[in-house]
Amino acid sequence: MISFTSFPVKLDNNDYSYTRHHPGIHDDDLMDLDTDDLLGADGSRQTCPGESLTSSQAYMRGHGTYVDNEEVIASVAGTIERVNKLVTVRAISSRYNPEVGDLVVGRITEVQPRRWKVDANSRQDAVLMLSSVNLPGGVQRRKLESDELQMRTFFEEGDLLVAEVQAFFSDGAMSLHTRSLKYGKLRNGQLVTVSPILVRRLKSHFLTLPCGVDLILGLNGYIWVSKHVKESEQEGEEGFDAEAVYSNQNDEIDASTRIAISRVTNIIRVLASHFLPLTDTLLLQAYEWTVDQEGGVQDLLQEDFGDALIASITSRE
Amino acid sequence: MGSRIEILNEGGFRSDGRRQFELREIIIELSPQGVGDGSAIITHGLTQVLVSVYGPREAKSRSHTIHDRANINVEVGVAAFSTGERRKRSRGDKRILEFASTIKSTFEPVIQTNLYPRSQIDIYIQVLQQDGGLLQACINGTTLALINAGIPMIDFVCAVSGGVHSSDPLLDLTTLEEGDAPHITVAMMPKTGKVALVTMETRLHVDRFEQILTLAREAGAVIHREMKKAVLSRSNSLVAVMQSGHLVQERAVDDGMNE
Repeated sequence: MISFTSFPVKLDNNDYSYTRHHPGIHDDDLMDLDTDDLLGADGSRQTCPGESLTSSQAYMRGHGTYVDNEEVIASVAGTIERVNKLVTVRAISSRYNPEVGDLVVGRITEVQPRRWKVDANSRQDAVLMLSSVNLPGGVQRRKLESDELQMRTFFEEGDLLVAEVQAFFSDGAMSLHTRSLKYGKLRNGQLVTVSPILVRRLKSHFLTLPCGVDLILGLNGYIWVSKHVKESEQEGEEGFDAEAVYSNQNDEIDASTRIAISRVTNIIRVLASHFLPLTDTLLLQAYEWTVDQEGGVQDLLQEDFGDALIASITSRE
Repeated sequence: MGSRIEILNEGGFRSDGRRQFELREIIIELSPQGVGDGSAIITHGLTQVLVSVYGPREAKSRSHTIHDRANINVEVGVAAFSTGERRKRSRGDKRILEFASTIKSTFEPVIQTNLYPRSQIDIYIQVLQQDGGLLQACINGTTLALINAGIPMIDFVCAVSGGVHSSDPLLDLTTLEEGDAPHITVAMMPKTGKVALVTMETRLHVDRFEQILTLAREAGAVIHREMKKAVLSRSNSLVAVMQSGHLVQERAVDDGMNE
């Protein structure tokens, strides 16, 4: 498997200076985490592990904190959030934390008896049970032994799929399902991975850009960019076609669509490397800007071109 | 003495021009390197270490799975060009394995592994340059990389080396000084002031030990301040960028409603 890495970007407003001070001088403007001030203000504040947040008698500890000596202490670096009496710290970047109903994109890593293991950028591989996929034949039916024997005809190791989080096992691993015609095997496109925090919950995670590109924004940070499929060509409820759903063969993709797909992919890489959240508006603005610039798709990955892109879309009124 | 370089001269300066208790320059780089979940490059003077953290993720094999907590795996690679004399070390080198297990046992009680049952956290350390204080650089770098990966920890772990030359204590030793003076490496947790690790490879007089330990703990607090500053400034800049992105989106949505 080939993976592409977005180039590391040093943020411009990184004001970490290398000046050294005499140990007697404490430059405490960054570290002035007064507890009253901290929780009284509704503005977001940053903290890091080992910082005492508040007393555990007045507040409840949430994710990213622990209690020691009647004090609530942060255990990750990130933003302090407070809901009534609950104090949580949300990490700046971490692995995907699944919730029931989330849409995820994943890759099959293993075929096991009556289940597939799926890599979904979480702390453990997700499980896709044979009983939670749609089978050829359309109608819902019990899974037979013959289905078990031909599991690799549905999903093989390395296949990409889009699914929904159905439930959790007792050890915290998630169970997926693809019991909808929107879900299933992915083809006609390419995968980009970004940090999961950059994908926000939206009304719909299936986006269609006017440039003939479909996007699936997995909440786990896996994003599928593919050729647009017309509504009418999508499989209807009655004409459920197993051949098409589990096909490994790409459709014919013309050159302009290929370029559009690569362009969108590179835009996502640039946005993610600058830590900008991915939304349809931002993507569209970025796409229009790159088309206006008449640059090639590969130019996007040059640092100065990427910086110019970010500057133009964040400053636009 | 003759041709030998003085560790501490009469004016109270060391061979690289530092005072007794002066630390070397610390440079911290937290931007992502490669595909890992978190990474950090830390430089203490001429010692430079790159640490990448992957995980928590699915354990590679059944034997690495622990049912009630995450398994921590530390691998150390020493670049052949990192020392003055070019020398290739194999991965199975006993010294490197022991070094890795020291780091693993330092971090096991600090990382909240019980939150991630049956997972694995991989820590890959690559030594790029060495000039003394290798263990301290590795521990400080690992702390930063773990924080960068969003892995919950009880506290920072800040390490520093200390030694003694005749009767004068020294901090943050270079290779030259390590060869000549008995030394220890101390890792401490600044919140509680607890000591996470003390190692000693040379013989040190018991009367000197307490003095050096106290000094090293004070120096740990100084290193903690630098590390915290780097972490907070990175968090702040990332959050600022994310908020600017959300603003653009909200503006666009408002415009759409007005039209």
